[in-house]
Amino acid sequence: MHKIIERTDVAPDTVMFRIEAPMVARKAQPGHFVIIRIDDDGERIPLSLAEWHREDGWIRLIVQGVGYTTKRLNAMTVGDALLDVVGPLGRRTELPENDTLVVIGGGYGAGAVLPNAREARAQGRRVIGIIGARTKDLVLVEDDMRSICDDTYITTNDGSYGIKGFVTHALEPLLETETIGAILAVGPVPMMRAVSDLTREKQIPTIVSLNAVMVDGTGMCGGCRVTVGGETKFACFHGPDFDGHQVNYDELVLRQKMYAAQEKAALDHSCKIDEQVATLT
Amino acid sequence: MTSANPLTPKERMQVPRQQMPEQDAQDRVRNFTEVPLGLTPDMAMLEARRCLECRKPTCMSGCPVGVDIPAFLTLIVEGKFVEAAWKIKETNILPAICGRVCPQDEQCEKLCLVGKKKHPIGIGMLERFVADYERSTGEVRIPNVGEPTGCKVAVVGSGPAGLTAAFELAKRGHTVTIFEALHRPGGVLFYGIPRFRLPAEVIEAEIDVLKQMGVEIILNAPVGKVVTIDELLNEEGCDAIFVGTGAGLPWFTNLPGENLNGIYSANEYLTRINLMRADQFPNNATPVYCGQRVAVIGAGNTAMDAARVSLRMSPEEVHIFYRRTRNEAPARTEELEHAIQEGVQFHWLTAPTRFIGDDNYFVKQIEVQKMELGEPDASGRRRPVPIPGSEEVYDVDTVVLALGFGVNPLITDSTPEIETNKWGVVQVNKETGETSKEGVFAAGDVITGGATVILAMGQARTAALGLHNWLIERKGLDMPVEATALEAV
Ligand SMILES: Cc1cc2nc3c(=O)[nH]c(=O)nc-3n(C[C@H](O)[C@H](O)[C@H](O)COP(=O)(O)OP(=O)(O)OC[C@H]3O[C@@H](n4cnc5c(N)ncnc54)[C@H](O)[C@@H]3O)c2cc1C
Ligand SMILES: Cc1cc2nc3c(=O)[nH]c(=O)nc-3n(C[C@H](O)[C@H](O)[C@H](O)COP(=O)(O)OP(=O)(O)OC[C@H]3O[C@@H](n4cnc5c(N)ncnc54)[C@H](O)[C@@H]3O)c2cc1C
Ligand code: SF4
Ligand code: SF4
Ligand code: FES
Repeated sequence: MHKIIERTDVAPDTVMFRIEAPMVARKAQPGHFVIIRIDDDGERIPLSLAEWHREDGWIRLIVQGVGYTTKRLNAMTVGDALLDVVGPLGRRTELPENDTLVVIGGGYGAGAVLPNAREARAQGRRVIGIIGARTKDLVLVEDDMRSICDDTYITTNDGSYGIKGFVTHALEPLLETETIGAILAVGPVPMMRAVSDLTREKQIPTIVSLNAVMVDGTGMCGGCRVTVGGETKFACFHGPDFDGHQVNYDELVLRQKMYAAQEKAALDHSCKIDEQVATLT
Repeated sequence: MTSANPLTPKERMQVPRQQMPEQDAQDRVRNFTEVPLGLTPDMAMLEARRCLECRKPTCMSGCPVGVDIPAFLTLIVEGKFVEAAWKIKETNILPAICGRVCPQDEQCEKLCLVGKKKHPIGIGMLERFVADYERSTGEVRIPNVGEPTGCKVAVVGSGPAGLTAAFELAKRGHTVTIFEALHRPGGVLFYGIPRFRLPAEVIEAEIDVLKQMGVEIILNAPVGKVVTIDELLNEEGCDAIFVGTGAGLPWFTNLPGENLNGIYSANEYLTRINLMRADQFPNNATPVYCGQRVAVIGAGNTAMDAARVSLRMSPEEVHIFYRRTRNEAPARTEELEHAIQEGVQFHWLTAPTRFIGDDNYFVKQIEVQKMELGEPDASGRRRPVPIPGSEEVYDVDTVVLALGFGVNPLITDSTPEIETNKWGVVQVNKETGETSKEGVFAAGDVITGGATVILAMGQARTAALGLHNWLIERKGLDMPVEATALEAV
């Protein structure tokens, strides 16, 4: 069992957890993820590592409640425990080792890019951070990002905080003023696609982390297959990081919707159970 | 020896083979409860009496682990069911499992003398019967564990190969820790083979014996990620490693449209249902997409399991497409017959050519082509050749690809000194099971690229003894070196 040792509500429906997972913490590298299962009836879902502590044996996760499992997870409190935490899974991020690194995070991706930002910073590289959100309340890990990066930009779609617009609005001017060695973008597919479209022509190496639907996370099922450069790859095993310029994003978006109908059924089902519980108490 | 068998050899030949009662096909396609119901003690004794107690029992040379078949059959005749189970367990620690899933018609039963004239002795169902009988007494005997040797061995993978190796090593006094990538032990036995063929409690009971022998099982621990082989040897104090990681890498077709939603590898489809219990969705949180018309590609055990699992998800139709004929189908005969009884529709000499999707990227049709059999290929089977212009289209909403497996590279990527062939299959010394990396031994599907439970177990026994002998030499243990090679099958 993996105890929750800290829980912080960082935005509506978004929770940051510190969880006991010594085996994961011991081997974690930037770009890795874990697969968790809450209990014996639970689904296995992948979550990125935002931070870890090798000696104290914990990992940090940022969870956006989008469906049945993530919402259940976000209802858990300090002292509760997860049944399974498997990892670290995936390959570590490989970034070209020169010039400025720009890390771009949307949603939970803002946390997922932190380990690479930290590592690049420790190597003495210039690091620029961009956090994108729909609105001010949803901006995640701003303090972490500011403490790591040389410069940090925030964008909000509604202009309630930072630059109005998308992460690309912050990135575009940087392409003119900075010598960028690599870009790491993690977040919703439209964001990763927009960033890749912007940097393709200039041939700036752009790495994205693909959040395909997964089961085992070790290359055993092929459920996470994505098309990159015209070839089928397993996101969990060959990735999750890939060359953003080569990814078939259309397919990824459509494959993420494979269980849309069932996901709705699961949520409705759990709402009914909640109602039943409510009438009993 | 005076036999307890009241029948003369001639009379024995007259007794027909007992038929194991089964759930009716109409009922069973609506549940995940086991299909065969098991023999009664009377039926078991009658069936065992059919054995001629051959002085040279040919049946035994068909068993990859050398079960003393006539001996255990005689014990059944004498009504000593528990003793019969122990007899089997001298060489096979998973009798309740093997009795259910061994391809007996290709192995022990194929070589049974009675089978030359009549139906062979039902060795598999009797093996199952005595193992179940022992379990039903509530007291399963735990094999003796030898004096501790002080040696520590890591076993990677908890499929039949890993479980067998752990058993052989623990029995000889070594401290054994199993590392398993998934959250349940058992390998394909658990995530691949459905519960109506192999109930969970059967697997759990056989694994429990190992735990009681002191074997530790660490779940959620994919080796190569959580810890590497080198770290196990150099930092975690392991003296040797046994690798039994199976052949879990699903093959795809590379045909157009293969990544459409609704197209699964058999591994994913079966894992979602057998391991994650997607059939219980939404009470279990894992979904599976099983539509009204399911197409399964392939005709091995995996394909039969995928088709029969699909039936239990209540679609309108389940089809199997296979590019050769029924004669070449690699599935166990019993599985094929069960699939036919349950209403799976077979299309022999038919192979897919592409998958066609709808606007939401879900598969809606499969295009197939008729084949004819040409010249034999390297495997000796006649090669299927497409017939031009024979394309047909079927409406489907779920497709399951059961095309076979490659070897998962998690271990070999992180330990490149372990040599593989060009398909990633780990190469070993056949006598000892040792890989090209010293102190690392391997067996099971990881060295064959996919075979059977009992073959994996036979190889695991060889490799465990190879590992044991290696430890004796390395650590100067005061123990006799043991012969490893089993009679070839
Ligand atoms: C490598 C990787 C790392 C990830 N890291 C994080 C993380 O750090 N924090 C976090 O909150 N989420 C992360 N995700 C996404 C997370 O796994 C999904 O949100 C989760 O599986 C949804 O499960 P659910 O039962 O809550 O929702 P569901 O009911 O299953 O789905 C709800 C919605 O989420 C979408 N969805 C389903 N599965 C995925 C998926 N795998 N990726 C993206 N969208 C999905 C569906 O299309 C649906 O619209 C990561 C995914 C991957 C593959
Ligand atoms: C659907 C299906 C039906 C079958 N039906 C039959 C049948 O009826 N009869 C029969 O005889 N055979 C059958 N087979 C074949 C048989 O199951 C296999 O030959 C047998 O299970 C191989 O055993 P194994 O121990 O080598 O590997 P597996 O059973 O594959 O076990 C390997 C284990 O290692 C784990 N693992 C993998 N990599 C790592 C890692 N890096 N670290 C830690 N753990 C790891 C896996 O999770 C798995 O649990 C079937 C196979 C399938 C897929
Ligand atoms: S283990 Fe399998 S092959 Fe051997 S006797 Fe039993 S059923 Fe036959
Ligand atoms: S070959 Fe058949 S008849 Fe002879 S000992 Fe074996 S099971 Fe009995
Ligand atoms: S999640 Fe199963 S292969 Fe990637």
